[in-house]
Amino acid sequence: MSTATFRIWRGDVNGGKFVDYTTEITEGMVVLDAVHKIQATQANDLACRWNCKAGKCGSCSAEINGIPKLMCMTRMNTLPTDKPITLEPMRAFPSIRDLATDVSWNFRVKQKIKKFKPRPPDAPDGTWRMQQEDVDRVQEFRKCIECFLCQDVCHVLRDHHKHDEFIGPRFLVYTAALEMHPLDTEDRLPELKQAHGVGFCNITKCCTKVCPESITITDNAIIPLKERVVDNFFDPLGWLWKELRPKT
Amino acid sequence: MSGSAPWASGTTSDFSKLPKRGFFTVTNYETFEYDVLIIGAGGAGLRAAIEASTAGVKVGLVCKSLLGKAHTVMAEGGLAAALANVDDRDNWRVHFSDTMRGGQYVNNWRMAELHAKEAPDRVKELEAWGAVFDRTPDGKILQRNFGGHRYPRLVHVGDRTGLELIRTLQDHGIHQGITVHMEHTMVTLLKDGDRVTGAFGYDRERGRFKIFKAKAVVLATGGIGRAYQITTNSWEGTGDGQSLAYHAGAELADMEFVQFHPTGMIWPPSVMGLLVTEAVRGEGGVLRNKDGKRFMFDDIPDLYKNQTADNPEEGWRYCQGDRNARRPPELLTRDHVARCIRREVNAGRGSPHGGVFLDIAWIREKIPNATEHIKRKLPSMYHQFMQLADLDITQEPMEIGPTTHYTMGGVRVNGDTQMSTVPGLFAAGECAAGLHGANRLGGNSLSDLIVFGKRAGEFAAKFAKEHGAGQVNDAQIEQAARHALEPFDRGASTGGSAEGPYQVQHDLQEMMQSLVGIVRREDEMVRALDGLGKLRERARHVAVYGHREYNPGWNTAVDLKNLLTVSEAITRAAIERKESRGGHFREDFPNKDAASGKVNVIVGKNPDGSMQVRREPIPEMPAELKQVIEEMK
Ligand SMILES: Cc1cc2nc3c(=O)[nH]c(=O)nc-3n(C[C@H](O)[C@H](O)[C@H](O)COP(=O)(O)OP(=O)(O)OC[C@H]3O[C@@H](n4cnc5c(N)ncnc54)[C@H](O)[C@@H]3O)c2cc1C
Ligand code: SF4
Ligand code: SF4
Ligand code: FES
Repeated sequence: MSTATFRIWRGDVNGGKFVDYTTEITEGMVVLDAVHKIQATQANDLACRWNCKAGKCGSCSAEINGIPKLMCMTRMNTLPTDKPITLEPMRAFPSIRDLATDVSWNFRVKQKIKKFKPRPPDAPDGTWRMQQEDVDRVQEFRKCIECFLCQDVCHVLRDHHKHDEFIGPRFLVYTAALEMHPLDTEDRLPELKQAHGVGFCNITKCCTKVCPESITITDNAIIPLKERVVDNFFDPLGWLWKELRPKT
Repeated sequence: MSGSAPWASGTTSDFSKLPKRGFFTVTNYETFEYDVLIIGAGGAGLRAAIEASTAGVKVGLVCKSLLGKAHTVMAEGGLAAALANVDDRDNWRVHFSDTMRGGQYVNNWRMAELHAKEAPDRVKELEAWGAVFDRTPDGKILQRNFGGHRYPRLVHVGDRTGLELIRTLQDHGIHQGITVHMEHTMVTLLKDGDRVTGAFGYDRERGRFKIFKAKAVVLATGGIGRAYQITTNSWEGTGDGQSLAYHAGAELADMEFVQFHPTGMIWPPSVMGLLVTEAVRGEGGVLRNKDGKRFMFDDIPDLYKNQTADNPEEGWRYCQGDRNARRPPELLTRDHVARCIRREVNAGRGSPHGGVFLDIAWIREKIPNATEHIKRKLPSMYHQFMQLADLDITQEPMEIGPTTHYTMGGVRVNGDTQMSTVPGLFAAGECAAGLHGANRLGGNSLSDLIVFGKRAGEFAAKFAKEHGAGQVNDAQIEQAARHALEPFDRGASTGGSAEGPYQVQHDLQEMMQSLVGIVRREDEMVRALDGLGKLRERARHVAVYGHREYNPGWNTAVDLKNLLTVSEAITRAAIERKESRGGHFREDFPNKDAASGKVNVIVGKNPDGSMQVRREPIPEMPAELKQVIEEMK
């Protein structure tokens, strides 16, 4: 039976420190299993969020050896166990306790985005007709499990703290899902440009890399949104950006 | 609560100071007042909240997790509604009779009727709120096959239907002016005489107690899976709603009917119990034993003989949409499939890790682009096995076995209004009983949530409008607070020597799994009752350490009471039903009993606090519904 040592950040909004826990590792185990084992046997009060244990709910986000990931989908056999594995909360959000962070900002941001507004129904029974290929793209965006790992990794939020000016990749995906919904008739471009700050994104693609749902956040959601904004407003800088950007 | 932003998780004031322990006056507790308080933010709770707020009353919504993380998000296969988009022979009558047949006729027939009639409209409404379901070639909502449904009926999005449902309701609901308190656990319902007047609980983040006054309360707290060791349920499934209702004097019904889903992951150990959606079988997946035999053909119940294929070829044609083919025996009801799997394993024909094989990869023999097809139809299953078990389901069979999945039983409600036997207390979704009878059909839960979530919201709002605010009882609140904090006092006084909550929870789960599981016997269940008494005693002495802020040890200790209550209700009801029916299988009474088929088992609390079990005759079904069932035989 092998063991692994976890160096887990314990603390709250006032600060904290790393504490080492060594636990047994069995076949097929994921990081979340190890955390649960530590919780049950060594640290009953170790705080972390989880629900589904299958990558479906987006609750168990953390930084594992510095990389934002879902703990329930990170197999132990993908991590070196010859040195301690560090486990930290998502650093772009205020700490609540241990691995749990205050992500309430995200819920407030979402509420600011104008809701879905469908065109009148296509059929007398109140239903619509849409082809599968017309909804494929939107369905990609709707796979989002709101783990907020993309928000965690985006430098505009993490390093530059533009929380009041930029909604972050998750909500650009959300906006894109609404804007590209075949039935939607709302216009969200003015606020996308202004209050929601699509311009802050400089296409580093870090968000796409960490997305556990493999949503191509940058190429499929953000870039088309930027283009729509550019097309909609006479914006010399935007125009220049569009001309100069490498073609994908 | 003045100035609280509706979405600011209820953490409204004074972040800096924690309430001091041992210093109780009710005035210290932050108090919120609503017309309708909804406990639970899964599909049922969200739908109820939307409906109640549309009716113009002030709505509060509380949930244990963050918004959008409830069980509903995990639902995979789909949502049943007789839209008849894929097969025009479908209609509410067929759906109604399928649901009754699946429930072995002990369902609340009124709920089954309303459910079948109203589900299509509830689905169309979801589309109007932005849901994007998979499409038919003519641009309508696509529907797929599922166990026990005669026609392709399940509206779906790949295998992430629950996510689509919860997100649609969430994204619509946030613009309705509902106040949401995320990460709050309700520990008791408050009463004024007979009537419910609110709930009392704490926020998990800070551990502060809060009072929620309300004219009507809707329970939408989901299931009880955590009473068992192997389960598809998350930590949230501790039967809180059933337990809160029971202790508030409401009756529970059908608690003996627990659904063990036939296909849970069994290997590696860390994923034991995780669901493998029935959609795998709907798409053509077959069950085989270690000798490669499709054992489901060996035992087809009489009730389903007419509807079930008797050869593999016909079964495959069914999965391909041939309207004249009958469905393969892998799509028989869950209770039956689970028992067949158990039979194979017990007879020594199981897979290496004690299950059987579920094979979708074999469809390569039938269709050219099978790998792509499987990935498109079952993306999250593909993902789940690839990442968690190093197994490519497009190439190899999966190893699966039964897992505790769903409770058909719950709070006894009026079929039209969803009100419990306590005035002002409503229940909807998995925590309510009735719709599914002895066994739930796949896809009938998501539809249950939106049909009866809506009704509960509507009638709770009506109740609130017709009744003034009641009183809350300070003594009751004090007692609940004291009770919740006792584990800390024991932690402090015993200095680390007392037992923690996890071991008690673990032993409870192990006992329920082995003594009140898929196959039951009187003597074992009597032992379980005895065991529950001992566990209750241990639970009274558990200790927790540390702070009240986000303390999972404490939260687990609080949930223990609910787990013990629902476990006792399940066990007593299961002893009472001396026959086998649907999810309830008795080795000592292996057959159905006609007399037992005419009653529901009801659980209630005696004045002395002990649990009462009784049988209640099922009301006579109206002639027109009887006729529908006859026609569909
Ligand atoms: C893996 C999986 C797959 C499934 N697939 C399907 C499917 O394909 N089709 C189908 O029809 N059904 C499916 N089901 C069943 C279905 O998903 C559930 O029955 C349904 O989602 C339950 O919804 P609900 O709204 O009743 O409760 P839940 O979604 O369980 O929500 C319960 C809510 O109550 C809250 N709560 C609980 N206790 C308290 C408390 N004490 N205080 C405050 N809040 C509390 C929780 O935090 C949560 O918000 C599946 C279930 C699972 C587990
Ligand atoms: S691509 Fe844009 S949104 Fe994504 S991480 Fe980089 S800056 Fe942030
Ligand atoms: S877009 Fe991806 S990374 Fe971002 S919240 Fe959604 S699932 Fe998580
Ligand atoms: S626990 Fe749900 S995503 Fe990890």
